[in-house]
Amino acid sequence: MSSPHEEDPPVLQAIDLRKHFPVRGFRSQKVVHAVDDVNLSLYRGKVVALVGESGSGKSTIARLLAQLMPVTGGQILLHGQDATVKNRRAFHQYVRKVQMIFQDPFGSLNPVHTVRYMLTRSLKIHRGRLRGVELEAALEELLDRVQLRPAARYIDKFPHELSGGQRQRVAIARALAADPEVLLADEPISMLDVSIRLGILNLLRDLRDRLQLAILYITHDIASARYFADTTMVMYAGRVVEKGDSESVTQDPKHPYTQLLVRSAPDPDDLEARARGARGEAPSLVAPPAGCRFNPRCPFANDVCRTEVPPLISVGEGREAACWGYADREDRPSLGSVLDAYGERPTVDATLLAIVKEDDR
Amino acid sequence: MSAVTTQRAFRANAAATDPVLEIKNLSVDYGYDEDPTHVLRQVSLTLNRGEVLGLAGESGCGKSTLAYAATRLLPPPGLITGGEVVFTDRDGQQTDILTLNDQELRATRWQDLAIVFQGAMNSLNPVYRIGRQIADGIAAHLPGVTKKEALERAAGMLELVGISADRLRDYPHQLSGGMRQRVMIAMALALDPQVLIMDEPTTALDVVMQRQIVEQIAELRDRLGFSVIFITHDVSLLIEIADRIAIMYAGEIVEDASAQDMYRRPRHPYSDALLHSFPPLRGPRRELTGIPGSPPDMSNLPTGCPYRTRCAHVFDACAAITPELVAPAVEGDDPRRSVACLRHDPATVAAAGFEPQPVPVELQVR
Repeated sequence: MSSPHEEDPPVLQAIDLRKHFPVRGFRSQKVVHAVDDVNLSLYRGKVVALVGESGSGKSTIARLLAQLMPVTGGQILLHGQDATVKNRRAFHQYVRKVQMIFQDPFGSLNPVHTVRYMLTRSLKIHRGRLRGVELEAALEELLDRVQLRPAARYIDKFPHELSGGQRQRVAIARALAADPEVLLADEPISMLDVSIRLGILNLLRDLRDRLQLAILYITHDIASARYFADTTMVMYAGRVVEKGDSESVTQDPKHPYTQLLVRSAPDPDDLEARARGARGEAPSLVAPPAGCRFNPRCPFANDVCRTEVPPLISVGEGREAACWGYADREDRPSLGSVLDAYGERPTVDATLLAIVKEDDR
Repeated sequence: MSAVTTQRAFRANAAATDPVLEIKNLSVDYGYDEDPTHVLRQVSLTLNRGEVLGLAGESGCGKSTLAYAATRLLPPPGLITGGEVVFTDRDGQQTDILTLNDQELRATRWQDLAIVFQGAMNSLNPVYRIGRQIADGIAAHLPGVTKKEALERAAGMLELVGISADRLRDYPHQLSGGMRQRVMIAMALALDPQVLIMDEPTTALDVVMQRQIVEQIAELRDRLGFSVIFITHDVSLLIEIADRIAIMYAGEIVEDASAQDMYRRPRHPYSDALLHSFPPLRGPRRELTGIPGSPPDMSNLPTGCPYRTRCAHVFDACAAITPELVAPAVEGDDPRRSVACLRHDPATVAAAGFEPQPVPVELQVR
């Protein structure tokens, strides 16, 4: 898996994307820094994965890219043109190119409508008036693309008659009805049963190859990003901390947070290599820590990390990490192994335990 | 061999003969009408003292129902139609939880059996401070304890799960998801129970927090010596923390084996497929398929083996005979493990007049 070619221009591009949500309250000046300074490019026939824990801003990015809410700062470019929508008509033009799939197929399909109605509506909105045989052919083709065959078996079903995986396929078919160039998939498999998740990922991959779609795949599961995506971006507290091709990001993570993330995932083959004693949580985004947002949890942080925001620094071919440890300057922190730094198990105070046990008798 | 593995092996052996909770032929129906759905059919499962037993399967396979039925927490229209759940106290006294009256049941809960529910966000009362919520449970079960003592004990429990005691006066909304989950664990452990049932305790958390919680449970278990039933759909997590794993499919246990056996040597086609449903984070990248089809409709199960419609190793007998748990037909296997697959049960197949089929090669890895 090589990184996208530079000569092929990105389909959808975000430059210095920023989103701040105002905090409610009397004369409140506070904002939640949900997304800050995110740059992202989606290329034809490539999948970019956005990995991060809940609250790291990854879904906000999807919603910004779908223009479901306005940006606070930065630009969204579609084929190099500024695509910020100002009215309904422009939005309509935009969604024809950029479609979104949501996490919950139980909530994103209207329970009172049949599959036929939902797909027909999407076709009519995006492709104009289709009638009769033409419409039937288009419907059949859509269901065939998402591997719901034979189409006749599914076309007149209501969402409650379908399984979770089938519902997500219908949601994908609805997005494909617009014949989009970009698909924004916000955790498309996390609500599905474990046994059918791979089926959906394989379907999306097949669509990427056949229709040359540019896909943004949002997930909290870094292993599925490795399986499915060409490029992986890791987010922490509203900022991108690492970026590179999926294989090297997961096999040789550079940023301490990515290392922690990879080392925390369960791996039955290697019970010893565990980041055990990791403590702390993601910071408040209302008042994010100065400098690197990971610094309160980072075992290697020094004064630079606590004062200056690290830019994405090149750490190898096509790879970048936002960590001062890779900067070419005197006062940089020295990075060690996360395994050593987090190697200790959390300890429980023995005297405390004795009290608890004693009380009980 | 590493310290961890030795310790695990030791625990597995020591625990083998000392059951703390025995579920025998438990059956549960949903619906009171003429045609109820049989969501659990004659499930038997034994939890040994000090053991972590993992219960895995897809959603709707009955793993939560099993836990709730065993603790009599099943909400209507769930109905326990048969079986027994025998709890053995530390002094060897046995009680059948299904025959207790309300008062005895109240006394048993928290003290002997505690549950950590799925979704910590919704399990805590938002209008009470967390200290009071923990103290309430303590006061209800130990009548001699004063309010002050109960609160002190609650503070101790919070420290035990790694939350500083000054958070005692916080409301649930002031805590993060991971901390709320830990408060739930603290609450469950407040009365030093012997069995802790955890229903997807880490599903809503991200992996770093999940790792912290799981490590904490392992640590506390080693020190306090309770047994755990850990329910999840994440098999790879189970292999790490459980001593023994039972895989459920369509309301039945299809395989029961030690964690390492399950991971390295799965014997049931479903266990094997489930283990290969997760893309690996390490090792070679390869094409994975998941499991074809979808989980069966419990009100309309196929005859014979419920997994046969999705199984790659199906043969003619599968439609006629419902497989029972038997020892696997692979030489050198741990005699304590069991599997419900006709490929491992040639005697039954032959007795019913079918041609027995050999165990597929991929299911007899040594």
